Amino acid sequence: MPVVRLRAPLSELAGGRREIELEGSTVAEVLRALEREHPDVEGWILDERGRIREHVNVFVNKDYGREETPVADGDRLHVLPAISGGEECDD
Amino acid sequence: MTELLVGTKKGLFVLRGDAGGQFEIAARAFAGEPVEFAIRDPRSRRYLASMTSGWYGPKVMLADDPAGEWREAEGVALPEGDDKALKRIWTIVPGEEDGLLYAGGDPGVLFESRDGGDTWALNQGLWGQPTRPDWSPGAGGLCLHSIATWPGDSSRLALAISAAGVWLSDDGGETWRRGNGGLVPRYVPEEAREGSTDLCVHNFHRAAKQPERLFMQFHGGVYRSDDAGETWTDIGTDSGLPSDFGFPMVVDPDDPDSAFVIPLIADLDRVTPDGRVRVYETRDAGVTWQAHGDGLPAENAYLTILRQAFDREGSGPELGLYFGATSGDVFGSGDAGSTWFTAATMLPPVYSVRVA
Repeated sequence: MPVVRLRAPLSELAGGRREIELEGSTVAEVLRALEREHPDVEGWILDERGRIREHVNVFVNKDYGREETPVADGDRLHVLPAISGGEECDD
Repeated sequence: MTELLVGTKKGLFVLRGDAGGQFEIAARAFAGEPVEFAIRDPRSRRYLASMTSGWYGPKVMLADDPAGEWREAEGVALPEGDDKALKRIWTIVPGEEDGLLYAGGDPGVLFESRDGGDTWALNQGLWGQPTRPDWSPGAGGLCLHSIATWPGDSSRLALAISAAGVWLSDDGGETWRRGNGGLVPRYVPEEAREGSTDLCVHNFHRAAKQPERLFMQFHGGVYRSDDAGETWTDIGTDSGLPSDFGFPMVVDPDDPDSAFVIPLIADLDRVTPDGRVRVYETRDAGVTWQAHGDGLPAENAYLTILRQAFDREGSGPELGLYFGATSGDVFGSGDAGSTWFTAATMLPPVYSVRVA
């Protein structure tokens, strides 16, 4: 199964887990599986349209991924805050 | 008498006073408009300000008297017919020839003026970089915010873009190459870091008396370069800083081993650590850092100090330091950071501070 890797605060919403094995053949499917397993995550990575939030980056292994990006057994999905996030004028 | 140019969310404030006491508001310009940056060119004594109207876009404005008439500079725009528009000017820096000025802006663009700021032209070498479509913006946009000239040599330039890293030129800006060796973007997975060019530099400054040396505040990391920006060495880890995240930076032009930073907690919590406001100084090129807070808020103070909101006057023992926060407070030190005073309070959120 693919493995989702989370940092705080998302890992805290997932019961303190930083790595979670989940079913799914695309990034969106894996993230939906994450939401089902850890409902507190709902709305934090995917928005109400099911799109990855603008200032969240998802990597599949070492490449940027989008909702439709395929994932396979053993792939690592890194979910990270994008540097484009935060307060305007900061960064 | 010290004059401070304080760019704020609601206009430019010109503050005048002496170190140790409250400064007076001598003038306010561009009332209601965001002023990202303002300097007084030490050669011409002319004032230059970058103002981004919420309605009418970014402008570079000029004045001989900040309380008098300001006029708009010409040429601060991207080529007509392109699908990009200029969003903001982040910095204005005097060059190393008479009348030469540089301005950096969003989307990762450099402008040059050779007549003291009246007219500007887009630097084509940087504009035409083939990797430009892949450049990623930081939270403030794709901002070119730091320009380091080489004292006495107008051919050598270094600049930094968030988040397209460091760019170097040896021919006065005709051609550019990257200078990112050693920078570690901790905001991407470890397995994706090698070769990444999504490098979110927050600030850098050159040591005037040892110009091959630069100090950098990165998006998580403080670095030093001893080879004119080609490669960078981490000086923020285990060296006494409470955090290696932050934005502003100052160097003492008399001391190439010196740098001052104002750390914030982290990218997800951009306030001063422990509810205390402290400026950190190194005098050994980043081996150790010493905290300065005498006279600064020491409890219940969660301030954000933005990238351009820290500047200095003078050098050596006479070094003066000034910074402003988004709280609207401006602080100063007349003794190289040993003691501090409050120069102004209750201004709009401070975007930039420069000593005139």
